[in-house]
Amino acid sequence: MIKRLLNIIPVVFGVLLLTFLLIHLVPGDPVEVMLGDSASIADRAQLREDLGLNQPLVSQFGAYLGKLAHGDLGKSIHTNTPIVDLLKARYPATLKLACLSLLIGLAIGIPLGIYAALKAGHWQDFLVTIVSVRFSAMPAFWLGPMLMLLFAVWLGWVPVSGMDEPTSILLPALTLGFGLSAILTRMTRTSLLEVLNDDFIRTARAKGLGEKTVIVRHALRAALLPIVTIVGLQMGSLLAGTVITETIFSWDGIGRLLVESIEKRDYPVTQACVLAIALSYVLVNLATDLLYAHLDPRVKHVI
Amino acid sequence: MSIRMKFLPAFVLFFWLCAVLLARSVDMHGNGIDLGAILAAPNAAHWFGTDDLGRSILARTLRGAEVSFVIAVTVTLVTMSVGVLVGLLAGFYGGKIDRFLMQVTDIFLAFPGILLAIAFAAVLGPGMTNLMIALCLTGWVGYARLTRGQALSLRNRQHVLASLSLGASVPRLLIKHILPLLGSILIVEATYSLASIMIAEASLSFLGLGIQAPNASWGAMLRDGVRYMLVAPHYVLIVGLSLMSLILAINLLGDQLRDKLDVREA
Repeated sequence: MIKRLLNIIPVVFGVLLLTFLLIHLVPGDPVEVMLGDSASIADRAQLREDLGLNQPLVSQFGAYLGKLAHGDLGKSIHTNTPIVDLLKARYPATLKLACLSLLIGLAIGIPLGIYAALKAGHWQDFLVTIVSVRFSAMPAFWLGPMLMLLFAVWLGWVPVSGMDEPTSILLPALTLGFGLSAILTRMTRTSLLEVLNDDFIRTARAKGLGEKTVIVRHALRAALLPIVTIVGLQMGSLLAGTVITETIFSWDGIGRLLVESIEKRDYPVTQACVLAIALSYVLVNLATDLLYAHLDPRVKHVI
Repeated sequence: MSIRMKFLPAFVLFFWLCAVLLARSVDMHGNGIDLGAILAAPNAAHWFGTDDLGRSILARTLRGAEVSFVIAVTVTLVTMSVGVLVGLLAGFYGGKIDRFLMQVTDIFLAFPGILLAIAFAAVLGPGMTNLMIALCLTGWVGYARLTRGQALSLRNRQHVLASLSLGASVPRLLIKHILPLLGSILIVEATYSLASIMIAEASLSFLGLGIQAPNASWGAMLRDGVRYMLVAPHYVLIVGLSLMSLILAINLLGDQLRDKLDVREA
Protein backbone atom coordinates (compact mmCIF):
# COMPACT_ATOMS: atom_id res chain seq x y z
CA MET A 1 0.00 0.00 0.00
CA ILE A 2 2.90 2.31 0.84
CA LYS A 3 4.48 1.39 -2.48
CA ARG A 4 1.36 2.42 -4.34
CA LEU A 5 1.36 5.75 -2.53
CA LEU A 6 5.02 6.32 -3.35
CA ASN A 7 4.38 5.36 -6.94
CA ILE A 8 2.23 8.36 -7.63
CA ILE A 9 4.95 10.83 -6.66
CA PRO A 10 6.90 10.58 -9.94
CA VAL A 11 3.66 10.56 -11.87
CA VAL A 12 2.38 13.71 -10.17
CA PHE A 13 5.76 15.32 -10.66
CA GLY A 14 5.67 14.40 -14.35
CA VAL A 15 2.15 15.74 -14.73
CA LEU A 16 3.23 19.02 -13.15
CA LEU A 17 6.29 19.21 -15.39
CA LEU A 18 4.33 18.49 -18.54
CA THR A 19 1.60 21.02 -17.76
CA PHE A 20 4.26 23.55 -16.83
CA LEU A 21 6.01 23.00 -20.16
CA LEU A 22 2.77 23.44 -22.11
CA ILE A 23 3.09 27.19 -22.22
CA HIS A 24 6.59 26.84 -23.65
CA LEU A 25 5.26 24.84 -26.56
CA VAL A 26 3.46 27.88 -27.88
CA PRO A 27 5.14 28.60 -31.21
CA GLY A 28 6.97 31.90 -31.13
CA ASP A 29 6.43 34.25 -28.21
CA PRO A 30 3.66 33.10 -25.86
CA VAL A 31 3.13 36.64 -24.60
CA GLU A 32 2.57 37.91 -28.10
CA VAL A 33 0.17 35.09 -28.86
CA MET A 34 -1.81 35.71 -25.68
CA LEU A 35 -2.01 39.49 -25.89
CA GLY A 36 -2.23 39.91 -29.63
CA ASP A 37 -0.52 42.49 -31.82
CA SER A 38 -2.20 45.51 -30.34
CA ALA A 39 -0.75 45.20 -26.83
CA SER A 40 1.68 47.82 -25.69
CA ILE A 41 5.30 47.02 -24.95
CA ALA A 42 4.74 47.77 -21.28
CA ASP A 43 1.80 45.35 -21.10
CA ARG A 44 3.88 42.65 -22.67
CA ALA A 45 6.77 43.21 -20.33
CA GLN A 46 4.35 43.13 -17.40
CA LEU A 47 2.83 39.81 -18.49
CA ARG A 48 6.25 38.35 -19.14
CA GLU A 49 7.21 39.38 -15.63
CA ASP A 50 3.96 38.01 -14.12
CA LEU A 51 4.39 34.66 -15.82
CA GLY A 52 8.05 34.64 -14.94
CA LEU A 53 8.95 33.97 -18.56
CA ASN A 54 12.13 36.01 -18.32
CA GLN A 55 13.61 33.61 -15.77
CA PRO A 56 15.63 30.51 -16.63
CA LEU A 57 13.42 27.47 -17.23
CA VAL A 58 14.47 25.60 -14.10
CA SER A 59 13.77 28.48 -11.73
CA GLN A 60 10.47 29.05 -13.54
CA PHE A 61 9.48 25.50 -12.76
CA GLY A 62 10.64 25.92 -9.16
CA ALA A 63 8.57 29.06 -8.82
CA TYR A 64 5.60 27.29 -10.40
CA LEU A 65 5.81 24.47 -7.88
CA GLY A 66 6.29 26.90 -5.01
CA LYS A 67 3.21 28.90 -5.96
CA LEU A 68 1.23 25.73 -6.47
CA ALA A 69 2.09 24.57 -2.98
CA HIS A 70 0.48 27.74 -1.69
CA GLY A 71 -2.61 27.14 -3.78
CA ASP A 72 -1.67 29.92 -6.16
CA LEU A 73 -2.30 29.08 -9.80
CA GLY A 74 -1.77 32.58 -11.09
CA LYS A 75 -4.31 34.90 -12.61
CA SER A 76 -6.45 34.82 -15.68
CA ILE A 77 -4.99 37.10 -18.33
CA HIS A 78 -8.41 38.22 -19.41
CA THR A 79 -10.37 38.78 -16.24
CA ASN A 80 -7.45 39.09 -13.83
CA THR A 81 -9.32 36.77 -11.44
CA PRO A 82 -7.21 34.32 -9.46
CA ILE A 83 -7.45 31.00 -11.31
CA VAL A 84 -8.09 29.15 -8.07
CA ASP A 85 -11.37 31.04 -7.72
CA LEU A 86 -12.34 30.13 -11.28
CA LEU A 87 -11.67 26.47 -10.61
CA LYS A 88 -13.56 26.58 -7.32
CA ALA A 89 -16.54 28.11 -9.08
CA ARG A 90 -16.57 25.61 -11.94
CA TYR A 91 -15.38 22.37 -10.41
CA PRO A 92 -18.57 21.48 -8.47
CA ALA A 93 -20.65 21.55 -11.66
CA THR A 94 -18.31 19.09 -13.32
CA LEU A 95 -18.27 16.89 -10.25
CA LYS A 96 -22.05 16.85 -10.14
CA LEU A 97 -22.21 15.94 -13.81
CA ALA A 98 -19.58 13.22 -13.46
CA CYS A 99 -21.29 11.67 -10.44
CA LEU A 100 -24.70 11.56 -12.06
CA SER A 101 -23.16 10.08 -15.23
CA LEU A 102 -21.48 7.46 -13.11
CA LEU A 103 -24.79 6.57 -11.46
CA ILE A 104 -26.50 6.33 -14.84
CA GLY A 105 -23.68 4.21 -16.16
CA LEU A 106 -23.89 1.83 -13.21
CA ALA A 107 -27.69 1.73 -13.23
CA ILE A 108 -27.78 0.71 -16.88
CA GLY A 109 -24.55 -1.21 -17.23
CA ILE A 110 -24.64 -3.64 -14.35
CA PRO A 111 -28.20 -4.99 -14.78
CA LEU A 112 -27.69 -5.23 -18.53
CA GLY A 113 -24.40 -7.05 -18.03
CA ILE A 114 -26.01 -9.53 -15.64
CA TYR A 115 -28.83 -10.07 -18.09
CA ALA A 116 -26.40 -10.72 -20.95
CA ALA A 117 -24.34 -13.12 -18.85
CA LEU A 118 -27.41 -15.10 -17.80
CA LYS A 119 -28.56 -15.27 -21.42
CA ALA A 120 -25.06 -16.09 -22.66
CA GLY A 121 -25.14 -17.60 -26.12
CA HIS A 122 -28.72 -16.52 -26.82
CA TRP A 123 -29.73 -13.75 -29.15
CA GLN A 124 -30.41 -11.38 -26.24
CA ASP A 125 -26.78 -11.69 -25.20
CA PHE A 126 -25.64 -11.18 -28.77
CA LEU A 127 -27.74 -8.05 -29.14
CA VAL A 128 -26.65 -6.51 -25.83
CA THR A 129 -23.00 -7.26 -26.56
CA ILE A 130 -23.00 -5.85 -30.07
CA VAL A 131 -24.80 -2.69 -29.01
CA SER A 132 -22.65 -2.12 -25.96
CA VAL A 133 -19.35 -2.89 -27.63
CA ARG A 134 -20.04 -0.57 -30.46
CA PHE A 135 -21.71 2.20 -28.53
CA SER A 136 -18.80 2.49 -26.18
CA ALA A 137 -16.81 3.58 -29.22
CA MET A 138 -19.18 6.39 -30.12
CA PRO A 139 -17.85 9.72 -28.97
CA ALA A 140 -19.70 12.23 -26.80
CA PHE A 141 -19.82 14.79 -29.58
CA TRP A 142 -21.78 12.29 -31.63
CA LEU A 143 -24.06 10.93 -28.91
CA GLY A 144 -24.67 14.36 -27.37
CA PRO A 145 -26.14 16.00 -30.48
CA MET A 146 -28.15 12.86 -31.27
CA LEU A 147 -29.71 12.81 -27.80
CA MET A 148 -30.26 16.53 -28.02
CA LEU A 149 -32.03 16.13 -31.32
CA LEU A 150 -34.25 13.34 -30.02
CA PHE A 151 -35.15 14.44 -26.49
CA ALA A 152 -34.86 18.21 -26.65
CA VAL A 153 -35.72 19.15 -30.23
CA TRP A 154 -38.17 16.48 -31.37
CA LEU A 155 -39.71 15.31 -28.10
CA GLY A 156 -39.14 18.53 -26.18
CA TRP A 157 -38.85 16.78 -22.82
CA VAL A 158 -35.76 18.59 -21.60
CA PRO A 159 -34.03 21.90 -22.32
CA VAL A 160 -31.62 21.89 -25.25
CA SER A 161 -28.72 23.28 -23.23
CA GLY A 162 -27.65 25.56 -20.41
CA MET A 163 -28.01 24.87 -16.70
CA ASP A 164 -30.99 26.95 -15.67
CA GLU A 165 -33.43 24.15 -15.04
CA PRO A 166 -33.01 21.10 -12.84
CA THR A 167 -33.57 18.84 -15.84
CA SER A 168 -30.76 20.52 -17.77
CA ILE A 169 -28.29 18.07 -16.31
CA LEU A 170 -30.08 15.06 -17.78
CA LEU A 171 -28.86 15.20 -21.37
CA PRO A 172 -25.17 15.80 -20.62
CA ALA A 173 -25.30 13.14 -17.90
CA LEU A 174 -26.97 10.66 -20.24
CA THR A 175 -24.40 11.40 -22.94
CA LEU A 176 -21.56 10.55 -20.59
CA GLY A 177 -23.48 7.81 -18.77
CA PHE A 178 -24.39 5.85 -21.90
CA GLY A 179 -20.77 5.56 -22.96
CA LEU A 180 -19.84 4.36 -19.51
CA SER A 181 -22.75 1.92 -19.29
CA ALA A 182 -21.65 0.22 -22.49
CA ILE A 183 -18.25 -0.54 -21.01
CA LEU A 184 -19.74 -1.63 -17.70
CA THR A 185 -22.19 -3.96 -19.44
CA ARG A 186 -19.37 -5.70 -21.18
CA MET A 187 -17.23 -5.99 -18.08
CA THR A 188 -20.06 -7.20 -15.87
CA ARG A 189 -20.95 -9.84 -18.43
CA THR A 190 -17.39 -11.12 -18.84
CA SER A 191 -16.67 -11.04 -15.14
CA LEU A 192 -19.89 -12.77 -14.16
CA LEU A 193 -19.42 -15.48 -16.78
CA GLU A 194 -15.95 -16.16 -15.44
CA VAL A 195 -17.16 -16.42 -11.86
CA LEU A 196 -20.08 -18.66 -12.79
CA ASN A 197 -17.60 -21.38 -13.72
CA ASP A 198 -15.88 -21.27 -10.33
CA ASP A 199 -16.00 -24.07 -7.82
CA PHE A 200 -17.73 -22.07 -5.12
CA ILE A 201 -20.68 -21.47 -7.41
CA ARG A 202 -20.98 -25.19 -8.05
CA THR A 203 -20.81 -25.74 -4.31
CA ALA A 204 -23.52 -23.16 -3.70
CA ARG A 205 -25.74 -24.84 -6.27
CA ALA A 206 -24.90 -28.29 -4.96
CA LYS A 207 -26.01 -27.41 -1.47
CA GLY A 208 -29.38 -26.56 -2.91
CA LEU A 209 -29.45 -22.77 -2.96
CA GLY A 210 -31.91 -21.15 -5.33
CA GLU A 211 -30.51 -19.80 -8.58
CA LYS A 212 -31.35 -16.25 -7.53
CA THR A 213 -29.39 -16.54 -4.29
CA VAL A 214 -26.49 -18.11 -6.13
CA ILE A 215 -26.33 -15.25 -8.61
CA VAL A 216 -26.96 -12.34 -6.29
CA ARG A 217 -25.29 -13.43 -3.06
CA HIS A 218 -22.43 -15.49 -4.39
CA ALA A 219 -21.57 -14.81 -8.01
CA LEU A 220 -22.31 -11.11 -8.19
CA ARG A 221 -20.30 -10.28 -5.11
CA ALA A 222 -17.20 -11.80 -6.60
CA ALA A 223 -17.91 -10.59 -10.11
CA LEU A 224 -18.32 -6.97 -9.14
CA LEU A 225 -14.77 -6.65 -7.83
CA PRO A 226 -13.16 -5.98 -11.21
CA ILE A 227 -15.92 -3.48 -11.88
CA VAL A 228 -14.44 -1.25 -9.18
CA THR A 229 -11.23 -0.95 -11.20
CA ILE A 230 -13.09 -0.31 -14.41
CA VAL A 231 -15.17 2.42 -12.80
CA GLY A 232 -12.01 4.04 -11.51
CA LEU A 233 -10.33 3.92 -14.90
CA GLN A 234 -13.45 5.13 -16.64
CA MET A 235 -13.71 8.14 -14.34
CA GLY A 236 -10.79 9.42 -16.40
CA SER A 237 -12.60 9.27 -19.70
CA LEU A 238 -15.60 10.69 -17.92
CA LEU A 239 -13.54 13.68 -16.81
CA ALA A 240 -12.07 14.12 -20.28
CA GLY A 241 -15.49 13.57 -21.80
CA THR A 242 -16.84 16.48 -19.80
CA VAL A 243 -14.71 18.81 -21.93
CA ILE A 244 -16.73 17.98 -25.04
CA THR A 245 -20.05 17.31 -23.33
CA GLU A 246 -20.01 20.52 -21.33
CA THR A 247 -19.24 22.42 -24.51
CA ILE A 248 -22.14 20.84 -26.38
CA PHE A 249 -24.66 21.47 -23.62
CA SER A 250 -23.26 24.79 -22.35
CA TRP A 251 -22.71 23.26 -18.93
CA ASP A 252 -20.51 25.63 -16.93
CA GLY A 253 -18.01 23.17 -15.58
CA ILE A 254 -14.27 22.93 -15.71
CA GLY A 255 -14.29 21.36 -19.18
CA ARG A 256 -16.06 24.34 -20.63
CA LEU A 257 -13.71 26.63 -18.74
CA LEU A 258 -10.85 24.84 -20.47
CA VAL A 259 -12.38 25.32 -23.91
CA GLU A 260 -13.19 28.97 -23.22
CA SER A 261 -9.66 29.62 -22.04
CA ILE A 262 -8.29 28.04 -25.21
CA GLU A 263 -10.51 30.23 -27.36
CA LYS A 264 -9.32 33.34 -25.51
CA ARG A 265 -5.72 32.12 -25.51
CA ASP A 266 -5.75 32.47 -21.74
CA TYR A 267 -3.01 29.89 -21.35
CA PRO A 268 -2.52 30.07 -17.57
CA VAL A 269 -6.18 29.06 -17.20
CA THR A 270 -5.76 26.32 -19.81
CA GLN A 271 -2.76 25.04 -17.90
CA ALA A 272 -4.64 25.04 -14.60
CA CYS A 273 -7.67 23.23 -16.03
CA VAL A 274 -5.53 20.51 -17.59
CA LEU A 275 -3.68 20.14 -14.31
CA ALA A 276 -6.88 19.97 -12.28
CA ILE A 277 -8.42 17.30 -14.51
CA ALA A 278 -5.25 15.21 -14.67
CA LEU A 279 -4.69 15.38 -10.92
CA SER A 280 -8.30 14.42 -10.24
CA TYR A 281 -7.78 11.42 -12.47
CA VAL A 282 -4.57 10.39 -10.70
CA LEU A 283 -6.29 10.68 -7.32
CA VAL A 284 -9.36 8.74 -8.45
CA ASN A 285 -7.10 5.97 -9.71
CA LEU A 286 -5.22 5.89 -6.45
CA ALA A 287 -8.44 5.76 -4.48
CA THR A 288 -9.67 2.94 -6.73
CA ASP A 289 -6.57 0.87 -6.12
CA LEU A 290 -6.77 1.38 -2.38
CA LEU A 291 -10.47 0.57 -2.36
CA TYR A 292 -9.83 -2.55 -4.39
CA ALA A 293 -7.20 -3.72 -1.93
CA HIS A 294 -9.70 -3.12 0.85
CA LEU A 295 -12.41 -5.11 -0.90
CA ASP A 296 -10.17 -7.94 -2.03
CA PRO A 297 -7.57 -8.77 0.63
CA ARG A 298 -5.77 -11.04 -1.83
CA VAL A 299 -4.24 -8.11 -3.69
CA LYS A 300 -3.06 -6.26 -0.58
CA HIS A 301 0.50 -7.43 -0.89
CA VAL A 302 0.66 -6.68 -4.61
CA ILE A 303 0.17 -2.96 -4.43
CA MET B 1 -23.12 -14.54 -39.08
CA SER B 2 -24.37 -14.71 -42.62
CA ILE B 3 -21.95 -14.16 -45.44
CA ARG B 4 -23.49 -10.84 -46.40
CA MET B 5 -23.24 -9.45 -42.88
CA LYS B 6 -19.65 -10.55 -42.77
CA PHE B 7 -18.60 -8.30 -45.60
CA LEU B 8 -20.71 -5.35 -44.52
CA PRO B 9 -17.98 -3.50 -42.56
CA ALA B 10 -15.45 -3.91 -45.35
CA PHE B 11 -18.07 -2.83 -47.85
CA VAL B 12 -18.97 0.31 -45.88
CA LEU B 13 -15.30 1.26 -45.63
CA PHE B 14 -14.79 0.56 -49.33
CA PHE B 15 -17.87 2.62 -50.14
CA TRP B 16 -16.54 5.61 -48.23
CA LEU B 17 -13.12 5.31 -49.87
CA CYS B 18 -14.67 5.16 -53.34
CA ALA B 19 -16.98 8.08 -52.59
CA VAL B 20 -14.07 10.17 -51.36
CA LEU B 21 -11.96 9.34 -54.41
CA LEU B 22 -14.89 10.04 -56.72
CA ALA B 23 -15.52 13.41 -55.08
CA ARG B 24 -11.85 14.16 -55.41
CA SER B 25 -11.72 13.22 -59.08
CA VAL B 26 -14.65 15.44 -60.04
CA ASP B 27 -13.15 18.22 -57.93
CA MET B 28 -16.11 18.47 -55.59
CA HIS B 29 -14.76 20.59 -52.76
CA GLY B 30 -17.95 21.90 -51.22
CA ASN B 31 -16.60 25.38 -50.61
CA GLY B 32 -18.98 27.06 -53.06
CA ILE B 33 -21.13 29.48 -51.08
CA ASP B 34 -24.76 29.99 -52.10
CA LEU B 35 -26.45 32.40 -49.74
CA GLY B 36 -29.76 31.96 -51.54
CA ALA B 37 -30.02 28.39 -50.34
CA ILE B 38 -28.84 28.30 -46.75
CA LEU B 39 -29.77 25.37 -44.54
CA ALA B 40 -31.94 23.85 -47.25
CA ALA B 41 -33.38 20.43 -46.54
CA PRO B 42 -32.26 17.53 -48.75
CA ASN B 43 -33.53 18.09 -52.31
CA ALA B 44 -32.81 17.09 -55.89
CA ALA B 45 -29.96 19.55 -56.35
CA HIS B 46 -28.37 18.89 -52.96
CA TRP B 47 -29.01 15.33 -51.85
CA PHE B 48 -27.96 15.99 -48.27
CA GLY B 49 -29.18 19.59 -48.17
CA THR B 50 -27.02 22.63 -47.55
CA ASP B 51 -25.26 24.14 -44.55
CA ASP B 52 -25.41 27.61 -43.02
CA LEU B 53 -23.55 29.14 -45.98
CA GLY B 54 -25.51 27.25 -48.61
CA ARG B 55 -22.68 24.82 -49.26
CA SER B 56 -23.52 21.27 -50.23
CA ILE B 57 -23.46 19.03 -47.17
CA LEU B 58 -22.81 16.00 -49.37
CA ALA B 59 -19.68 17.51 -50.83
CA ARG B 60 -18.48 18.71 -47.44
CA THR B 61 -19.18 15.36 -45.80
CA LEU B 62 -17.03 13.66 -48.42
CA ARG B 63 -14.33 16.26 -48.05
CA GLY B 64 -14.46 15.78 -44.29
CA ALA B 65 -14.16 12.03 -44.77
CA GLU B 66 -11.06 12.58 -46.87
CA VAL B 67 -9.48 14.78 -44.20
CA SER B 68 -10.37 12.14 -41.62
CA PHE B 69 -8.77 9.36 -43.64
CA VAL B 70 -5.60 11.30 -44.35
CA ILE B 71 -5.11 12.29 -40.72
CA ALA B 72 -6.00 8.88 -39.34
CA VAL B 73 -3.60 7.04 -41.65
CA THR B 74 -0.73 9.49 -41.17
CA VAL B 75 -1.05 9.67 -37.40
CA THR B 76 -1.42 5.91 -37.10
CA LEU B 77 1.74 5.30 -39.12
CA VAL B 78 3.78 7.83 -37.17
CA THR B 79 2.55 6.83 -33.71
CA MET B 80 2.89 3.15 -34.46
CA SER B 81 6.49 3.52 -35.66
CA VAL B 82 7.53 5.58 -32.66
CA GLY B 83 5.55 3.53 -30.15
CA VAL B 84 6.81 0.20 -31.45
CA LEU B 85 10.40 1.42 -31.38
CA VAL B 86 10.07 2.67 -27.81
CA GLY B 87 8.24 -0.47 -26.72
CA LEU B 88 10.79 -2.79 -28.33
CA LEU B 89 13.69 -1.00 -26.70
CA ALA B 90 12.02 -0.96 -23.29
CA GLY B 91 10.87 -4.55 -23.46
CA PHE B 92 14.08 -5.92 -24.90
CA TYR B 93 16.62 -4.12 -22.78
CA GLY B 94 14.61 -4.00 -19.57
CA GLY B 95 16.34 -2.48 -16.54
CA LYS B 96 16.87 1.25 -16.35
CA ILE B 97 15.83 2.02 -19.92
CA ASP B 98 12.59 0.18 -19.38
CA ARG B 99 11.91 1.88 -16.06
CA PHE B 100 12.57 5.32 -17.52
CA LEU B 101 10.49 4.80 -20.65
CA MET B 102 7.61 3.30 -18.70
CA GLN B 103 7.74 6.19 -16.25
CA VAL B 104 7.35 8.54 -19.18
CA THR B 105 4.38 6.60 -20.54
CA ASP B 106 2.86 6.57 -17.04
CA ILE B 107 2.95 10.33 -17.03
CA PHE B 108 1.28 10.53 -20.43
CA LEU B 109 -1.36 8.07 -19.29
CA ALA B 110 -2.08 10.20 -16.24
CA PHE B 111 -3.88 12.58 -18.60
CA PRO B 112 -7.24 11.02 -19.26
CA GLY B 113 -8.58 10.49 -22.78
CA ILE B 114 -7.79 13.20 -25.27
CA LEU B 115 -7.11 15.84 -22.62
CA LEU B 116 -3.41 15.98 -23.43
CA ALA B 117 -4.09 16.17 -27.16
CA ILE B 118 -6.47 19.05 -26.44
CA ALA B 119 -3.80 20.77 -24.39
CA PHE B 120 -1.12 20.30 -27.05
CA ALA B 121 -3.44 21.40 -29.84
CA ALA B 122 -4.44 24.43 -27.76
CA VAL B 123 -0.92 25.74 -27.29
CA LEU B 124 0.32 24.76 -30.75
CA GLY B 125 -2.56 26.67 -32.32
CA PRO B 126 -5.23 25.42 -34.70
CA GLY B 127 -4.59 23.90 -38.12
CA MET B 128 -4.24 20.51 -39.71
CA THR B 129 -0.49 20.13 -39.16
CA ASN B 130 -0.63 21.13 -35.51
CA LEU B 131 -3.59 18.84 -35.02
CA MET B 132 -1.58 15.94 -36.36
CA ILE B 133 1.40 16.88 -34.20
CA ALA B 134 -0.83 16.96 -31.12
CA LEU B 135 -2.30 13.55 -31.93
CA CYS B 136 1.15 12.09 -32.64
CA LEU B 137 2.58 13.47 -29.40
CA THR B 138 -0.02 11.60 -27.39
CA GLY B 139 -0.78 8.60 -29.60
CA TRP B 140 2.48 6.66 -29.38
CA VAL B 141 2.01 5.72 -25.74
CA GLY B 142 -0.52 2.94 -26.35
CA TYR B 143 1.70 1.25 -28.92
CA ALA B 144 4.71 1.56 -26.64
CA ARG B 145 2.90 -0.18 -23.77
CA LEU B 146 1.52 -2.88 -26.03
CA THR B 147 4.83 -3.60 -27.76
CA ARG B 148 6.76 -3.56 -24.51
CA GLY B 149 4.50 -6.18 -22.98
CA GLN B 150 4.85 -8.38 -26.02
CA ALA B 151 8.60 -7.87 -26.33
CA LEU B 152 9.06 -8.77 -22.67
CA SER B 153 7.57 -12.19 -23.21
CA LEU B 154 9.04 -12.73 -26.67
CA ARG B 155 12.64 -12.01 -25.78
CA ASN B 156 12.90 -15.28 -23.87
CA ARG B 157 11.46 -17.38 -26.67
CA GLN B 158 13.77 -20.10 -27.85
CA HIS B 159 14.27 -18.83 -31.36
CA VAL B 160 15.31 -15.44 -29.98
CA LEU B 161 17.73 -16.99 -27.52
CA ALA B 162 19.10 -19.25 -30.23
CA SER B 163 19.63 -16.32 -32.53
CA LEU B 164 21.24 -14.36 -29.70
CA SER B 165 23.65 -17.20 -28.96
CA LEU B 166 24.58 -17.35 -32.63
CA GLY B 167 25.74 -13.76 -32.25
CA ALA B 168 22.92 -11.86 -33.91
CA SER B 169 22.98 -8.11 -33.38
CA VAL B 170 20.21 -6.42 -31.41
CA PRO B 171 18.66 -4.63 -34.42
CA ARG B 172 18.61 -7.95 -36.28
CA LEU B 173 17.00 -9.69 -33.32
CA LEU B 174 14.37 -7.02 -32.97
CA ILE B 175 13.56 -6.71 -36.65
CA LYS B 176 13.87 -10.30 -37.82
CA HIS B 177 12.85 -12.28 -34.79
CA ILE B 178 10.58 -10.21 -32.59
CA LEU B 179 8.81 -7.70 -34.84
CA PRO B 180 7.28 -10.30 -37.20
CA LEU B 181 5.59 -11.96 -34.22
CA LEU B 182 4.02 -8.62 -33.35
CA GLY B 183 2.55 -8.23 -36.83
CA SER B 184 -0.96 -9.43 -36.21
CA ILE B 185 -1.47 -7.70 -32.89
CA LEU B 186 -0.21 -4.44 -34.40
CA ILE B 187 -2.48 -4.73 -37.44
CA VAL B 188 -5.48 -5.17 -35.16
CA GLU B 189 -4.39 -2.33 -32.92
CA ALA B 190 -3.79 -0.07 -35.92
CA THR B 191 -7.28 -0.77 -37.24
CA TYR B 192 -8.86 0.26 -33.95
CA SER B 193 -6.63 3.28 -33.74
CA LEU B 194 -7.75 4.48 -37.18
CA ALA B 195 -11.21 4.80 -35.68
CA SER B 196 -10.04 6.37 -32.46
CA ILE B 197 -7.89 8.92 -34.29
CA MET B 198 -10.83 9.84 -36.51
CA ILE B 199 -12.80 10.43 -33.32
CA ALA B 200 -9.97 12.42 -31.77
CA GLU B 201 -9.60 14.52 -34.92
CA ALA B 202 -13.31 15.21 -34.97
CA SER B 203 -13.30 16.00 -31.23
CA LEU B 204 -10.54 18.55 -31.63
CA SER B 205 -12.14 20.07 -34.72
CA PHE B 206 -15.43 20.14 -32.82
CA LEU B 207 -13.71 22.25 -30.19
CA GLY B 208 -12.31 24.52 -32.91
CA LEU B 209 -8.78 23.24 -32.43
CA GLY B 210 -8.40 21.26 -35.61
CA ILE B 211 -9.27 21.89 -39.21
CA GLN B 212 -10.08 25.53 -39.83
CA ALA B 213 -12.77 27.11 -41.97
CA PRO B 214 -13.45 27.05 -44.85
CA ASN B 215 -12.06 23.51 -45.00
CA ALA B 216 -14.54 20.81 -44.14
CA SER B 217 -14.15 18.48 -41.20
CA TRP B 218 -16.69 16.29 -39.49
CA GLY B 219 -15.99 17.74 -36.09
CA ALA B 220 -16.53 21.31 -37.23
CA MET B 221 -19.61 20.27 -39.22
CA LEU B 222 -21.11 18.59 -36.16
CA ARG B 223 -20.52 21.74 -34.16
CA ASP B 224 -22.26 23.86 -36.80
CA GLY B 225 -24.96 21.23 -37.01
CA VAL B 226 -25.63 21.53 -33.28
CA ARG B 227 -25.82 25.29 -33.66
CA TYR B 228 -28.51 25.03 -36.35
CA MET B 229 -30.19 21.97 -34.92
CA LEU B 230 -33.51 23.71 -34.36
CA VAL B 231 -33.88 24.93 -37.94
CA ALA B 232 -31.98 22.29 -39.86
CA PRO B 233 -31.84 18.98 -37.97
CA HIS B 234 -30.80 17.16 -41.16
CA TYR B 235 -27.37 18.79 -40.95
CA VAL B 236 -26.28 17.28 -37.65
CA LEU B 237 -28.10 14.05 -38.40
CA ILE B 238 -26.32 13.43 -41.70
CA VAL B 239 -22.88 14.22 -40.39
CA GLY B 240 -23.55 12.19 -37.23
CA LEU B 241 -24.74 9.15 -39.15
CA SER B 242 -21.82 9.37 -41.57
CA LEU B 243 -19.38 9.42 -38.70
CA MET B 244 -21.16 6.55 -37.00
CA SER B 245 -21.18 4.36 -40.09
CA LEU B 246 -17.48 4.84 -40.69
CA ILE B 247 -16.42 4.36 -37.06
CA LEU B 248 -18.61 1.29 -36.65
CA ALA B 249 -17.35 -0.22 -39.89
CA ILE B 250 -13.72 0.25 -38.91
CA ASN B 251 -14.23 -1.12 -35.42
CA LEU B 252 -16.15 -4.15 -36.66
CA LEU B 253 -13.41 -4.73 -39.19
CA GLY B 254 -10.97 -4.62 -36.30
CA ASP B 255 -13.04 -7.28 -34.49
CA GLN B 256 -13.02 -9.48 -37.56
CA LEU B 257 -9.28 -9.09 -38.00
CA ARG B 258 -8.77 -9.88 -34.35
CA ASP B 259 -10.74 -13.11 -34.64
CA LYS B 260 -9.11 -14.02 -37.92
CA LEU B 261 -5.58 -13.38 -36.73
CA ASP B 262 -6.35 -14.89 -33.34
CA VAL B 263 -5.17 -11.94 -31.32
CA ARG B 264 -6.17 -12.00 -27.70
CA GLU B 265 -6.98 -8.67 -26.12
CA ALA B 266 -4.27 -7.47 -23.79
